[in-house]
Amino acid sequence: MPKKKLPGLVEGLGVTFRTMLKGAVTVQYPHEREDPAPRARGVIALKEENCTVCMLCGRSCPDWCIYIEGHKEKRPPRREGGRERTVSILDRFDIDYALCMYCGICVEVCPFDALFWSPEYEYSEMSIAKLLHDKDKLGEWMESVPEPEPLEIGAEVKGKK
Amino acid sequence: MSLQLAVDIGWGWTLALKTVLVLAVVPLAALVLGYTFLLKMMSHMQSRLGPMDPGGFHGWFQLVGDGIKFLQKEDVMPAEADRRVFALAPAVVVVSTFLVFVVLPTGPKLVVENLDVGVFYALAVSSLSVVGVLMAGWASANKFALLGALRAAAQLIAYELPLLLAVVGVVVQAGSMSLQTIVTAQQRGSIFGWHGIGFPFILTQFIGFFLFLIASQAELTQTPFDMPVAESELVAGYMVEYTGFRFLFFFIGEFGTAFAFAALAATLFLGGWSVPWVHGAAADVLGIPVLFAKLMLVAFLMFWVRFTYPRLREDQLQSLAWKFLIPIGLANILLTGIFKVAF
Amino acid sequence: MSTTDIPRVPGIEVDPRDLRHLADAQINVELDTGDMILNLGPQHPATHGTLRLVVRLDGERVIAADPVIGYMHRGYEKLTEFRTYPQITTLVNRIDWLSSFANEVPFIHAAELLMGIEAPPRAVWIRTILTELSRIATFYLFLGEMGLQLGALTPAFWGFRDREHVLNLIEAATGGRFHPNFNRIGGLKDDFPWGWAAEARTAMKAIFDGCDDFEDILIGNEIFEARTRGIGIVPAEIGAAYGMSGSNLRASGVDWDLRRDGRPYLAYPELDYKVWTHPDGDSFSRYWVRLQETRESARMVLQLLDGLPSGPIMAKVPRIIKVPEGEAWVETENPLGQMGYYVISKGATGPFRVKIRSASFSNVSILPWLLRGVYVPDVITILASLYFILGDIDR
Repeated sequence: MPKKKLPGLVEGLGVTFRTMLKGAVTVQYPHEREDPAPRARGVIALKEENCTVCMLCGRSCPDWCIYIEGHKEKRPPRREGGRERTVSILDRFDIDYALCMYCGICVEVCPFDALFWSPEYEYSEMSIAKLLHDKDKLGEWMESVPEPEPLEIGAEVKGKK
Repeated sequence: MSLQLAVDIGWGWTLALKTVLVLAVVPLAALVLGYTFLLKMMSHMQSRLGPMDPGGFHGWFQLVGDGIKFLQKEDVMPAEADRRVFALAPAVVVVSTFLVFVVLPTGPKLVVENLDVGVFYALAVSSLSVVGVLMAGWASANKFALLGALRAAAQLIAYELPLLLAVVGVVVQAGSMSLQTIVTAQQRGSIFGWHGIGFPFILTQFIGFFLFLIASQAELTQTPFDMPVAESELVAGYMVEYTGFRFLFFFIGEFGTAFAFAALAATLFLGGWSVPWVHGAAADVLGIPVLFAKLMLVAFLMFWVRFTYPRLREDQLQSLAWKFLIPIGLANILLTGIFKVAF
Repeated sequence: MSTTDIPRVPGIEVDPRDLRHLADAQINVELDTGDMILNLGPQHPATHGTLRLVVRLDGERVIAADPVIGYMHRGYEKLTEFRTYPQITTLVNRIDWLSSFANEVPFIHAAELLMGIEAPPRAVWIRTILTELSRIATFYLFLGEMGLQLGALTPAFWGFRDREHVLNLIEAATGGRFHPNFNRIGGLKDDFPWGWAAEARTAMKAIFDGCDDFEDILIGNEIFEARTRGIGIVPAEIGAAYGMSGSNLRASGVDWDLRRDGRPYLAYPELDYKVWTHPDGDSFSRYWVRLQETRESARMVLQLLDGLPSGPIMAKVPRIIKVPEGEAWVETENPLGQMGYYVISKGATGPFRVKIRSASFSNVSILPWLLRGVYVPDVITILASLYFILGDIDR
């Protein structure tokens, strides 16, 4: 430590005085907002057409906050004389944000890229029941999902998963 | 000279007017001090803004809103508390604050009552708050409150002495205990014959000023002497069980007394309401803003120290008072006496 | 994995059984004889959470003190019995929530040891960067809030203000400010976004400036010195016998740092850093050591950024991870002290049993011995300087 020139008590006063003149660092929310990072885990968005009701996300959630219901339907075969196809239809996909830990395991585990992270965080409600987002609301969050950003120098650029 | 009005309205109405004046000024003073220093200066020292929304312009309405909020709160008293003592304690503290404002001069004719023993009276009356603090701590039926009250009693009594000794030097130099006389002595004095800024006693009584600041910091239980209300230990110490308007009284008492002590320091050491070349009726008009400016300066120093330093432990602050400040105060009086007689 | 080669603190050969008589500060409430029993109760500004400290006072002097913990017990070890490794990584973030990334590292290491997988070098270096960032975040909060416990209101806010830089960095990289949940068995979830290294360098500069401010306002302050010098002296042997670790032990003069002296982990063998110790064992030295360590961590982050290797951030792992049978014990130098995980696996997707050795639990065990005969304000100083997190004590 360099030798102090003034007694510590005086130095301390100087630091507070200088800080007072430097101005505040706070942001006056809600008049001004700071944008979170694009990767920030704000809310989970659902792309319904990609979902095949494989239930991997619901099973891997540590809190079991994803409620999925689906059923299978038969579709006509693609070609003449082929077998009938079975398609899974998603009936219910609810995420209970009152329970969600924002860990992201569901987003990571989904093999069909149906779940995405969005940095949107302003969805607090007056009643806890409204924190259960159904699949339409989750579909609306897709608009706020940012584009995947470029990675730092030195990162391995792999083919998209 | 006490407050003299242009129209003679009889002593009854004058008394009523003076009472209302004091009762109105004290909360206003507490508000102004609280807002400027506690809410805004502290915030800026902490790299933040403080209240900005209430009232629109930089949150000036915050404390007024807080006052209204406190007034409409439920009156909660702990079940085991001593009801009468619990209720009386904040009143004792606040009354002692009101009584100090009675002698503060704001102009040659603007003082509620110009007592001949002004300084003596002001300091004596401000130490009544110790009784209120002890009452609050004991009646709260709470061990943390009791700890805080006992610490406060020890501390406040210990620091009365440096406070007094600091002021004795000024009294010796001015030759009177009346605050009005002290101010006029500073106004009419001269530094080696130059009347430019009068003769503010801080020039010769700088030790006294230093002592007064430290002692008043301790009397107000402000950091670094805020053991009685150590926020991180006792969570408001003797005030911990007080809510609503009773807490409002304590708050007004604390900041009102801070205002009073800053005004006293400005009066005793910086010249009070006086501007050297202004006399008569103009001094009456100019007196209030001048006094206000000087006391804000003193208050700035007090609060600057409050927001920077950690707090001293109880035994450390006692040894600071008894072993360090009182000997210095006594030496100051001795030196002042020698210089007064010699020159 | 064998547990016989656990590194031991050199030079300390005290048998803990000899010290048993020093810890007999049990308070028998029925026999209280007129001294005051004060509950620095579960809700108190000074106890960093829900720690209950029952002290018997004689005036302002503590005769005996008894910490009562468990108010925040969340049953971590039971939770881990029914969860898979990625799920446990999420949970484990929340043990010591101020330095969450540092909690994940030993657990993932244990799983990787059992699987025989090594993370690629870039992942290892990025893990080190994030661990040191979380160390800065924790210590920075400590530097601010210790001033707050002693009465200086202002440094607390500066602690939070500059910590925002670090938290923003962690958020830009991992998505979460407090709970990154970034480690995966075999590497990391993702790589840094573009421009992260430049932002990190700017942030470290702010950290250095902030540390200088703390030095001016607190370390040099005579009042701070009067409040912390000679308070809560922990002799090295007693500290080591009670299981204290981390900065607390280094402040008592023991030159012991698992990053350098333990089993090598992360990128520490390749870094050039200094381990700070202080000969007194008092609260001032604990503050001083953590201040120097914050600066050291900032220097380490700059070193790591300079030498960051390129490459993949995830090793080849199967889709569904089943960890083979075995047991592993990994301990690391977490900001709060020495944290360890003992993972027993029976070949399933989740562990059979995880035993968590948390640093604060052992750090707090010294309180009955340490608090005898101190004043009440010194109790606060000691609690602040030991720096424990309730989530770490109670798990």
